[in-house]
Amino acid sequence: MSGYALTGTGTLYRLALRRDRIALPVWVYIGTGMVASTAFSFRKLYGDEASRRTFAAGIDGNGSLRALYGPIFDGSTIGGLTAWRMGVFGAVLAALMSTLLVVRHTRAEEEDGRLELVGAGAVGRRAPLTAALATALTADAALAALVTAVLLAAGQSLAGALAFGLALGATGLFFAALAAVTAQVAETGRAANGLAGAAIGLAFVLRAVGDSGSGTGWVSWLSPIGWSEQVRPFAGERWWVLALPLAGAALLTLLARTLVEHRDLGAGMLAQRPGPATAAPRLASAAALAARLQRGALIGWALAFAVGGAVFGGVAKGVVDLVGDNRQMADLMARLGGQQGVLNSYLSTIAGVFGMIAAVYAVQSVLRLRAEEAGGRAEPVLAGAVSRLRWAGGHLLFPLLGSAVLLAVVGATAGLTQGAALGSGTGQAVGRMLGATLVQLPAVWLTAAVALAVYGLLPRWTAAGWAGFGVFVLIAWLGPILQLPQWVLDLSPFTHLPHLPGGTLTAAPLLGITALAAVAALAGLAGLRRRDLG
Amino acid sequence: MTTAISVSGLVKTFGRTRALDGLDLTVEQGEVHGFLGPNGSGKSTTIRVLLGLLRADSGTATLLGGDPWRDAVPLHRRLAYVPGDVTLWRNLSGGEAIDLLGRLRGGLDPARRAALLERFELDPTKKGRSYSKGNRQKVALVAAFAGDADLLILDEPTSGLDPLMEEVFRECVAEARDRGATVLLSSHILSEVEALCDRVSIIRAGRTVETGTLAELRHLTRTSVDAELAGPPPRPAYAHDLTVDGNRLRCHVDTENLGTLLAELTAVGVRSLTSRPPTLEELFLRHYESDTEAGPATGTDAASEAAAR
Repeated sequence: MSGYALTGTGTLYRLALRRDRIALPVWVYIGTGMVASTAFSFRKLYGDEASRRTFAAGIDGNGSLRALYGPIFDGSTIGGLTAWRMGVFGAVLAALMSTLLVVRHTRAEEEDGRLELVGAGAVGRRAPLTAALATALTADAALAALVTAVLLAAGQSLAGALAFGLALGATGLFFAALAAVTAQVAETGRAANGLAGAAIGLAFVLRAVGDSGSGTGWVSWLSPIGWSEQVRPFAGERWWVLALPLAGAALLTLLARTLVEHRDLGAGMLAQRPGPATAAPRLASAAALAARLQRGALIGWALAFAVGGAVFGGVAKGVVDLVGDNRQMADLMARLGGQQGVLNSYLSTIAGVFGMIAAVYAVQSVLRLRAEEAGGRAEPVLAGAVSRLRWAGGHLLFPLLGSAVLLAVVGATAGLTQGAALGSGTGQAVGRMLGATLVQLPAVWLTAAVALAVYGLLPRWTAAGWAGFGVFVLIAWLGPILQLPQWVLDLSPFTHLPHLPGGTLTAAPLLGITALAAVAALAGLAGLRRRDLG
Repeated sequence: MTTAISVSGLVKTFGRTRALDGLDLTVEQGEVHGFLGPNGSGKSTTIRVLLGLLRADSGTATLLGGDPWRDAVPLHRRLAYVPGDVTLWRNLSGGEAIDLLGRLRGGLDPARRAALLERFELDPTKKGRSYSKGNRQKVALVAAFAGDADLLILDEPTSGLDPLMEEVFRECVAEARDRGATVLLSSHILSEVEALCDRVSIIRAGRTVETGTLAELRHLTRTSVDAELAGPPPRPAYAHDLTVDGNRLRCHVDTENLGTLLAELTAVGVRSLTSRPPTLEELFLRHYESDTEAGPATGTDAASEAAAR
């Protein structure tokens, strides 16, 4: 049969491109567009080499920025600054794009039973997997080519531009192959995405630890995202490093191929256990069902937040130490209010990042409503004595309270490890970090409420619920460095949050954002009550 | 008898598609009512309006004396619904899904639940994802029949069931009727409707084309007659599809002419005679063949499915 294992790959590949004719270009354009806008605004802001060097020296001495964005290897060129600013972000974007693409065309198809229809045709056993990987390769190659092109257009060197494009593309390919493996192991698309997403998160955290300073640089080399930094575009390109993600991708592809040959269609690698013959007494309401459906994801996210908080709290010492022996930084530090000021700005940045990640969870758990409705599983529940609001309410407890749980978890673990690392007042540190993370809640709620409003009022456009998140986060993440006008920055609720610890806590923005969130949520629920369902 | 479901002039459009085009439906309390139509004729759309999932554009619908949209929650306490395509939660076992669905409308009888699991030969410990289509259907059927619903709304409930299980299903419907429940059974399987239903509504392209008891519907149509005679057969003008082959006559006659034909045949002398009432199938086909030009059913089907996404 092996002679026919790839039969039909071409057809499936074209089918995948046809199905992703919108999503795939959008991913690639977002990645390219962000690299381009970063490069062009650096050119505008730091036009001469001297100003670039000063900027870079200040950044490189700041451990918190290094933990977030990675080190600057050579800040003398626009390309070098762009590669620093967009390197980690671009690699994560490429990884997410590739993971979602591969899972969507393998496990998710299999889960929905469509692969069965396809598999009954003249299609080889490995064809769907190969076609999905080819689709991801296409997307990653397009991203690499376009990123190289825009950096050339910004007047940067060909070697650096190419190295940066290839570093992003190779990272994407590595995670595509990793997702090909998780798609064999997990039985659902959701779980396959979850496993691959956890791997991306781990890669990010490992390189953050490595890059934060304090003699842990080798840890970065454990992370595929760290590899993409170590290609060092515009700083004496190290082309051989590209072999690491490519070799990893090849090995993972071989593993996925072996797994696909050894399992049944529709099955995962984990054996299925029988469930209870009767339901527990408390499984008696729509809310109880929603809790049952959503609790697994919340637990997974909480674990990830606990680990992330512990790591970023733990490296706080490195952040402060590093500043200590850098004269330029010492000046900056004085302006920021001394050692405490630097620490505070690091911690508030970290809290903001976790706020944005919590918003991903919140939007995802809102959109579970749409998944239940479109999958036909809302219908039998609503045919029972369950009002639409009750049904939706059960699910909405998760974005409302689940995101609070996540932020509390990350605040607590970050406070604990930070207190332990700095050897001073753990209780105080926990309290400060809890305040810093929980203050993100209104912005998280508003992001989720926008998704709910889209779901309730325009159910066909539910995927656009992510657009609100995208706009809010892109503005908050890139706006300040791109020096966007204030009115644009003001569009994101994350802009208006108090910077804790260190900043002053003002109630007005928090209440205002919460009120907006309530309005958006009520509009969505009103739409849901009135519209056709199913 | 009071009316359990009363629908008149129901219109529902999805974009440019008119899924329901002035549909009428009356189901009396305590009867098993067959709701017949080909794929995409509007059966599921009607049921979804009755369940308050869709809001009709115009027309009136009354369910157990209430408004299906406004009074959805109290009404749903009294009804059980089995969709044609059951999807279950992947991480819930079949038994959990049965209990949950039952409790969502006010509980189910544990003894009856156990008996039904036995009769339908359903393993309740499997997870939702590992059930076949027929077994998912059984989960919904057990949940529906194990309760004490006044009204059962069954949307093509036997799709995916094997013949033995269809027989169990028929028994269950009969038992539900015996305890006084009303049943609306949407189907395109005519033998099932013929075996179970007291009255039937036939719909086509979103409109009711025929409604009544089977006897009444049959009355409206023709009986087929196949006779071997002693001499040359008569050729009456009222006979339809008449074929004469030597002394043999085959034709269809309207019910009011049946007596006249028999008298004419006996006058010639009858050697053998088979006469058969029209099957529901013939009824059905007559309605769909007579005006196929009025709307390709598949088009409506595709559109309403698209609208349901």
